[in-house]
Amino acid sequence: MAEIDTSGGGHKKGPGVKKGKKLSTRVDLTPMVDLGFLLITFFVFTTTMAQSTAMNMNEPKDSDDPDKIMKVKNSGAMTILLGKQDQIYYYYGQLDPATLSEQWKTTDYKEVRQLIVDKKKSTPIDDLMYIIKSDKESTFKNAIDILDEMSISAIPPGHYAEVDITPAEEEMIRQTELANGIQ
Amino acid sequence: MPKVKLPRKSTNVDMTAMCDVAFLLLTFFILATKQKPAEVLAVQTPSSISAKAAPDKSILITLTADGRAFLTLGDETKKKEILENINLTKQMGLSPDEVNKWNKQEFIGLPLSQIKGYLNANNPIQPAQMPGIPIKDTLNNEMVDWIRSVSNVYAGSDQTALQQMLLVKGDNAVLYPLFKNIKQAFKKNEIYKFRIVTNGESIPIGSEVFNESIKS
Repeated sequence: MAEIDTSGGGHKKGPGVKKGKKLSTRVDLTPMVDLGFLLITFFVFTTTMAQSTAMNMNEPKDSDDPDKIMKVKNSGAMTILLGKQDQIYYYYGQLDPATLSEQWKTTDYKEVRQLIVDKKKSTPIDDLMYIIKSDKESTFKNAIDILDEMSISAIPPGHYAEVDITPAEEEMIRQTELANGIQ
Repeated sequence: MPKVKLPRKSTNVDMTAMCDVAFLLLTFFILATKQKPAEVLAVQTPSSISAKAAPDKSILITLTADGRAFLTLGDETKKKEILENINLTKQMGLSPDEVNKWNKQEFIGLPLSQIKGYLNANNPIQPAQMPGIPIKDTLNNEMVDWIRSVSNVYAGSDQTALQQMLLVKGDNAVLYPLFKNIKQAFKKNEIYKFRIVTNGESIPIGSEVFNESIKS
């Protein structure tokens, strides 16, 4: 570029002296700003999503003393059983061999929220109790998800509890799985 | 009447200042966010709506998808005291040097009977290959011993602080009985409160909690 004589007109410095054109040092920074903010947005979004949180877990004290065992009203109890393959089985009140097939119902994690809310609305809060029982083939995710459902539906603490599954219920799960073809 | 001549102003704005701000923020965020340490044990945690961040200083029990249990005693915990305590209570017969060596290990993932051999091995096995602390058998649940040592060391100090530190991090695919055994280990040592590490998720729109959060 040095060869180009740009000193057209005006005062000449002298023969042979070539004057470079004064180029502006200003660069258009708009694309750079765009890029900067794009990166900021990217980092902000990705970092908040990967954050792990801690969920509180309160376990009841085991007690063999019959006076301390909590009694639950039949009308207010809903038992939720967690099976394998993300299946949920549930029944209201106590399992009665005579009406077993009508009581025992199957659902999944999408629909259970509505069932929990419906039960909450139809039951006086003092009687309300969700009994959660996990089958030995259910997963850790299932157990946490159902506890999360309880907090999503704003069930007050003390109105839901994890209880050991009974052999009769395990048997019912096996039979339902067989009937529904769940491997 | 003379015409009013409006001077034509350039629409170009100086972007330098804005560019400075953008990159300053970018630098800040990059430096301020802590890089996640490379995970030796890959664990996919379940999600919950809990918004509380998991603490860094913690006593963490990790359950991997294939059902192994690991214990990680954080830097700011009384790690050495806990190791000394379990050495004493389980009569493992480790010398002070061996305990010091053990103190430098990040993950505890071996049955107590194999610890001595592991510490003296020339090529110790990598954490990812460890068999895990035995918890499958309810009669020989070594997690009970570990939690006992933890509660022994923290006896007399602030129990709520301890409860804040106890974390269980499990993979989605872990079967429930294993988690139950962990809960048993806590319960047997009269610890009824601990926390589960989860992935944060947003509160579903239209749920009860969502409606309450709008009201307040």
